[in-house]
Amino acid sequence: MKTKKLLLGDEAFALGAIDAGLSGAYAYPGTPSTEILEYVQSSPLARERKIHSHWSSNEKTAMEEALGMSFCGKRAIVSMKHVGLNVAADPFVNSAMTGANGGLIVVAADDPSMHSSQNEQDSRFYAKFALIPTLEPCDQQEAYDMARYGFELSESMKIPVLLRLVTRLSHSRAVVETETEPMPENSLSYPANPRQWVLMPANSRVRYRQLLADRDNMEALSESSPFNRIVPGTDRRLGIIASGIAYNYVQEAFGGKCPFPLLKISQYPVPRALVDELVGMCDAILVAEEGQPFIEDMLRGLLDRGPKVYGKIDHLIPTDGELTPDSVAAAVATLLPDFDRLRPAAGRRAQNVTSRPPALCQGCGHRDVYAALNAALEGFESPKVFGDIGCYTLGFLSPFNAIDTCVDMGASITMAKGAADAGQHPAVAIIGDSTFTHSGMTGLLDAVNENSPVTVIISDNLTTGMTGGQDSQGTGKLEAICLGLGVDPAHLHTIDSLPKKFDDMKALFTAEMSYDGLSVIIARRECIQTARRHAKAKSK
Amino acid sequence: MKTDIILAGVGGQGILSIATILGEAALRRNLYLKQAEVHGMSQRGGDVMSCLRLSSDPIASDLIPSGKVDLIISLEPMEALRYVHLLVPEGRVITSTEPFVNIPDYPDIEAVMAELAALPRVVTLPAEAIAREVASPRSSNMALLGASAPYIGLPVDVLEDSIAAVFGAKGEKIVADNLAAFRAGLEYTQSH
Ligand code: SF4
Repeated sequence: MKTKKLLLGDEAFALGAIDAGLSGAYAYPGTPSTEILEYVQSSPLARERKIHSHWSSNEKTAMEEALGMSFCGKRAIVSMKHVGLNVAADPFVNSAMTGANGGLIVVAADDPSMHSSQNEQDSRFYAKFALIPTLEPCDQQEAYDMARYGFELSESMKIPVLLRLVTRLSHSRAVVETETEPMPENSLSYPANPRQWVLMPANSRVRYRQLLADRDNMEALSESSPFNRIVPGTDRRLGIIASGIAYNYVQEAFGGKCPFPLLKISQYPVPRALVDELVGMCDAILVAEEGQPFIEDMLRGLLDRGPKVYGKIDHLIPTDGELTPDSVAAAVATLLPDFDRLRPAAGRRAQNVTSRPPALCQGCGHRDVYAALNAALEGFESPKVFGDIGCYTLGFLSPFNAIDTCVDMGASITMAKGAADAGQHPAVAIIGDSTFTHSGMTGLLDAVNENSPVTVIISDNLTTGMTGGQDSQGTGKLEAICLGLGVDPAHLHTIDSLPKKFDDMKALFTAEMSYDGLSVIIARRECIQTARRHAKAKSK
Repeated sequence: MKTDIILAGVGGQGILSIATILGEAALRRNLYLKQAEVHGMSQRGGDVMSCLRLSSDPIASDLIPSGKVDLIISLEPMEALRYVHLLVPEGRVITSTEPFVNIPDYPDIEAVMAELAALPRVVTLPAEAIAREVASPRSSNMALLGASAPYIGLPVDVLEDSIAAVFGAKGEKIVADNLAAFRAGLEYTQSH
């Protein structure tokens, strides 16, 4: 029996995993992946089965926890945004070496167009060099189906599987047919080859040879995958390769009746035999893929002397930003003048429209921190403020114009320390509570060990605000963490980030920035959005 | 049937509740639906939009191609203008007239309204005022949905049942308020 549900791509995958016998879901919040773990947390079946769904401190700890569950034979998922895979890269790449025991799916949700991210990196590259097979669903139904398929693939090949999502699938809803009978969970069991899980050189050398041999089997599985296929077409002037959701954009352009032979790729390694078959029947190839030109680059190689290949490298399709149905249709219209009718028909833009950038909420405590910080900084000649990732990154915009850098999770503290090492004074780091426990603590230890003249402001809103208010792992523990790391108690302060505390905050910032050593100021006020939700939940 | 809709507004205004109602209605009518929305940074008071596609046949793309949008439903007048170039030539705009001014360079509202009025098919309504009169200003998105109801391609009773179902968990008063706002919006369109 099947039932129909309206689900986001993220939710479809999460439900698919639960229905396929999931035992543990691990994640750190990050747009557009957050809704995967949130769905598991809200699922009655997951609660009944006590499926693990607590947030982890960061993507690396999440990945390792999931790997531990897989070691014990149970099915696990770990989800993150694309840049989260950078944080989890060490265990991710090495998990190909240990292999998996219970099915393990690593979800990376890419964010082309950078709707809520600092870059457009394409997660498929990671899987390629780690020698990990990849699934890339074209729609919500495949996201659901690939959970079960992915677990089976992972258990049969004894290796983790990467599932690549993109914003337009993660955050788009569609009707999905789901199983009414969820599978049972795996019982506890240990790896058949325990040596493989101890990655010391003697073991690793043996394992690596095995992994390289398995790579060929993975390619064979891609060739026979139910998610990869050639859809025949009669117009052989062009063959189209479309991966992931690009397949939908091609179908959209031709109203579901693509006249050209069309290779749909949703499982990697790239199925070479299918590519060869398509190339053999067409005069030229157009590659439509979301993200960087991953397949196209392989097809062209360095010399690009094979059959004519079109795509992003020649800028026929824009290289940056999201792929759209428009960009695919325009590419076909440009290549074949008789398909000019496909050219997107946008009308005239309206005149009276200005951009409306996002801003910190009115009444947000970060605003008070920035207001006081800016006032305090006026007393110094050349202050630099090293920012971090979260709502407070918006402090870059007017009216605050308060931060000089924002790079990656935790970089505020370490960059401020490096700047202080270079002679910068004052060097101020501003970081949120969740980002601090994600990746700020280790950097703070560096600063403690050298008593670096850095002023760290932890703007503690008691939540992970940017992604919608998930529990923050350091709530209630920040002072103890700082003291435990060795911050001098005389230079560790806590203050409420309230408008009425403006003068106190300004004075405190000024005093600590004048101090020639490390200070930490925890400015605390609950995120008003999270506070509102908490109040609502209580009144229910 | 096939209707491609852009829902527009400012982060926090409640366009996603409109999407939820339409999703519920689509499931009830056994229609295909795709609805792409924006989360994360863009929600903090910035412009937000959602593509919502309804059809009796399978839908391929989550995004609506340019020039194929049938209907723009906007909670804010300038936000409606932001997407008019994506409309089909005979496309329609249903928008609230109440500006949401959270930027220093918001254009002259008269000019915004004049540009809207020059469009071939447009319904402008004071959604918040209408909702306030019959229920509460918080239901302005339902007043807007009511005003859009004749153009969506879904029967009014299915939309009303969906509103009742979606808001059901929040109690009878909230359901009644939202239905009242919806009906007032619908009446407004029919009499203008
Ligand atoms: S969501 Fe919370 S932390 Fe983020 S800007 Fe709004 S109030 Fe501030």
